[in-house]
Amino acid sequence: MKSHVLRPLWVVIAVIGLILTARYFVVPPDFGVYERGFMYGFHRKSNEKEWEAFKVKYRTKKYCQDCHPDKYDTIMSSKHHIIQCENCHGPAIDHPENPEKLQINKKRSLCIRCHTYLPYPTSQRAKIKGIDPKEHNTGMECVTCHNPHKPDMEGW
Amino acid sequence: MRQTRRDFLKTITRGALVTALPLGAFKFLSPREARASVESTKVRWGFLVDTFKCVGCGFCVKACKLENEVPYDTPVTRTWVERYVILKNGRMLADTPMGGRDGFTDPKVQEEEINPKDIAKGFFVPKLCNQCENPPCVQVCPVGATYQRADGVVLVDRSWCIGCGYCIMACPYGVRFFHPVYHTAEKCTFCIHRLVKGMNTACVDACPFGARKVGNLKDPNDPVTQVILNQRVAVLKPEYGTKPQVYYIGLDENVR
Repeated sequence: MKSHVLRPLWVVIAVIGLILTARYFVVPPDFGVYERGFMYGFHRKSNEKEWEAFKVKYRTKKYCQDCHPDKYDTIMSSKHHIIQCENCHGPAIDHPENPEKLQINKKRSLCIRCHTYLPYPTSQRAKIKGIDPKEHNTGMECVTCHNPHKPDMEGW
Repeated sequence: MRQTRRDFLKTITRGALVTALPLGAFKFLSPREARASVESTKVRWGFLVDTFKCVGCGFCVKACKLENEVPYDTPVTRTWVERYVILKNGRMLADTPMGGRDGFTDPKVQEEEINPKDIAKGFFVPKLCNQCENPPCVQVCPVGATYQRADGVVLVDRSWCIGCGYCIMACPYGVRFFHPVYHTAEKCTFCIHRLVKGMNTACVDACPFGARKVGNLKDPNDPVTQVILNQRVAVLKPEYGTKPQVYYIGLDENVR
């Protein structure tokens, strides 16, 4: 049938066919509707595994305990036992292979995260022993006088 | 044929009953309901924040950024801590310098000197993705790049995200942002890579004061579930109908 009306129709059908063919190759086979239904669960299933395989960097105290039992015991018997080693020593990742040595943060800015006195009633913050960092031995590192593993004045 | 009013009413009532009954019998199940009736999951991750315990040290924000490879000095973060200071005259001041990454070390809020005598209450509120039961961010994704897992965690497929930013606009809590390196939508994953290994999230582990806790809401014996079931907890912006699954102890009405 020769018709200038039908001719564009074939073009449209061909384009749709092309899109469907391309879609078949581009869309991953595991893309579909999963547990949470069409509205919330429409996704590529293998992406869940990709996120689960993400590298763990913070390994927690237990990881440090095996090789550094002395340091572990010291801090665990102090008031600072609630603080994770990695909060100050940095994430262990695969230490001692990678990184070979952890960068210890001995900066004043680390201690004053908690030990700047803030006068907030109803907050635990006001109950922590705190200083005014603008007045208390400015320019000196806290570790000069205080041992973070034994946070008393006689620590060192 | 003659019809009385009584006959007419009888027929109408009978007809209405006959049509109404089968309608109730045909209840259509959504794919989710059908699947849930066959296989139900045993895990639903939820979060508990105790605003009384939080001291604003910001170790959670630091740990999150390093754990999840969010560029450290860019002012974007998956979790952050907000400081609220409410004065006795009712005025509220709030700030979150760098998301609280370096803690709160200045008594000044928003560059403003405050007399300690004027403070009625001051507290810290950690925030993170609420992993809503009805996540609006997922609904708006035009390509299926963001989705909710069976255990409730909302994730972003970086290889599929086109970076349109609809989800960032849709989240009422403002937890989403563009990742400066991948240029795709980025959000808190509840450290799913740690949870599946039986660990806690990085922020929970980093918190020295136990202000953050993560737990399985489908396990009635889980300590987090116990608190949510038995104590007075609140969620953020419940009026949006998103059913957030991050619960707060001691949430103040000034917190938004």
